[in-house]
Amino acid sequence: MKQTMFDKLWDRHVISGEPGGPQLIYVDLHLVHEVTSPQAFEGLRENGRQVRRTDKTFATMDHNVPTTDIFNVKDAISRKQIETLARNAKEFGIRLAGMGHADQGIIHVIGPQLGLTQPGMVVVCGDSHTATHGAFGSIAFGIGTSEVEHVLATQTIWQTKPKTMGIHVHGRLPHGVYAKDIIMGIIAREGVAFGTGYAVELYGDTIENMSMEERMTLCNMGIEGGAKMCNVKPDQTTFDYVAGRKYAPKNMKRAIADWKQYYTDSPEAFDKVIDFDVHKLAPFVSWGTNPGMSVPVDEKLPEIKNADDQKAFDYVGLRPGQPVLDIPIQYAFFGSCTNGRLSDLKIAANVLKGHHIAAGVTALVVPGSRAVKEAAEKMGIDQIFKNAGCEWREPGCSACLGMNPDQVPAGLHCASTSNRNFEGRQGAGSRTHLASPAMVAYAAINGHFVDIRKEEV
Amino acid sequence: MEPITTITSTTIPLMKENIDTDQIIPKQFLKNILKVGYGKNLFYDWRYLADRTPNPEFILNQPERQGAQILVTGDNFGCGSSREHAVWALKDFGFKVIIAGGYSDIFYMNSTKNGVLAIILPEEQRRILAQIPTDAKITVDLPQQQVRYQHFSFDFDIDPLWKNKFIKGLDDIAITMGYEDQIAAYEANIPNYN
Ligand code: SF4
Repeated sequence: MKQTMFDKLWDRHVISGEPGGPQLIYVDLHLVHEVTSPQAFEGLRENGRQVRRTDKTFATMDHNVPTTDIFNVKDAISRKQIETLARNAKEFGIRLAGMGHADQGIIHVIGPQLGLTQPGMVVVCGDSHTATHGAFGSIAFGIGTSEVEHVLATQTIWQTKPKTMGIHVHGRLPHGVYAKDIIMGIIAREGVAFGTGYAVELYGDTIENMSMEERMTLCNMGIEGGAKMCNVKPDQTTFDYVAGRKYAPKNMKRAIADWKQYYTDSPEAFDKVIDFDVHKLAPFVSWGTNPGMSVPVDEKLPEIKNADDQKAFDYVGLRPGQPVLDIPIQYAFFGSCTNGRLSDLKIAANVLKGHHIAAGVTALVVPGSRAVKEAAEKMGIDQIFKNAGCEWREPGCSACLGMNPDQVPAGLHCASTSNRNFEGRQGAGSRTHLASPAMVAYAAINGHFVDIRKEEV
Repeated sequence: MEPITTITSTTIPLMKENIDTDQIIPKQFLKNILKVGYGKNLFYDWRYLADRTPNPEFILNQPERQGAQILVTGDNFGCGSSREHAVWALKDFGFKVIIAGGYSDIFYMNSTKNGVLAIILPEEQRRILAQIPTDAKITVDLPQQQVRYQHFSFDFDIDPLWKNKFIKGLDDIAITMGYEDQIAAYEANIPNYN
């Protein structure tokens, strides 16, 4: 029988249980952060349990960390969550990239960067954007707090196998159009729940020609389309990326031989297939309060079709029929697990070089990890941002969700490279417009969005 | 987890439909690091007046209702956000059993994970339970799958898997630990790339 890559990965990890019902599957990598883990450790302690495989568990702090003075956490609860994770990691013997540690950063940025994330794995984390790690040809998904406790204690999880969906992405990306636009375009066309109940695989020549960082951007936002798991077949690009990283396999030859068995035999094996041609794709901008409320940059904001649209327009203070190019921008945010990696910062810096952001615009640059920050500084990218009038910050989640002091003030519009434009996401009353790093950079320079396909860079 | 077999207790009736998790525990109380301590904020918006003093009208605040372990409520209980804190708050307040017309899937799963027995009974039966005297006790007999009060006896359904879990006081982790041999065998076969 023809199988999808997902079927093969799944079969490899089943310990017990029959298809159709909950099956016990093995977890190869459990990533932990400070917000969703305290109650899980508390549960272990209450029951006198240990962490079964500390060698398959890795923790960092990202959601609450300040990006200016990193050791000065002002909010009492943020501080408590950070201190609690440090205490728990020590007590249970878990590797921790804590505040100021060279490996610290957004959990979904450091997993791949450290070579912890590898093809063929099951990766879980108490965070919905765990889908990011699927870019390596692994099963990766977010879990709840009780499940975090379960994985810590048993290194396994009960899951019912989802259906599979293939998205055939093909064509050459036009100038000025990026991975971010592909995933935003898919969600705008298919809706924010199209992937619910499915493990999605992205395949096709567009995907094959992409770097790992671009593939991660795609899979990262799969969850915004409802797909808890989103993956890409591992290939030479994947193997080259993993090789030589801190926790990469020492015997890469043996690893690659094993990883090469993960591919989809034929698209017929998917329960559902959809097609996405990118050769005429435009850069996308979100206008409303979910990632599906997005339109191509050269279009006008849509008509109001239902109460949700009305509510969204009221919230963002925009009108149907208004051109996207007229959306005013007072904030710009470069960062997050979607677009906070080195290649993203390079693209934005390339645009900003020799320019200055518009008067009245505040721009934050928050590298996805300390390693990204240091690499960028070595290349002088920080200087380009600073010369353009941007604030160069310490790594973390920052204004992606504003759990730390980095928030967009109420009523202001923020061009953001992050992944969620929900009400209040970047701060109470904040108005988020998701877009690619290049689009955000141009918006910061001009104080409004521009169609970057017409620009030089 | 504490086993549940037979519980005899006074009740608190809260006969409203569609009580969502935001009403059970509002989002401002989620930023915490423990599973306990949420009980004092259970049903916060109903329980406290604008000046944050207890609302004497609300049933949870009535002195004669204190110590009740059984909540009798409406249909579609625990709908809305998936926050596990809703179950933590009910449990922390002291509820061991909830009797409703139905539950959201996620709430039901979260209750089984935390040892709170969520029972479904039809409306006529819940109406009877909601009207018994304040100091009257009802008995929830899990092995017999019955709720009893005086001469009334109402049968309820429960998946044998969950029933076994509650009676033995097993949590998911304890159940999975029963698969230790298979997990260890799996681990022995994980390919080594070093
Ligand atoms: S960067 Fe944003 S989306 Fe990613 S893990 Fe942090 S808060 Fe979540």
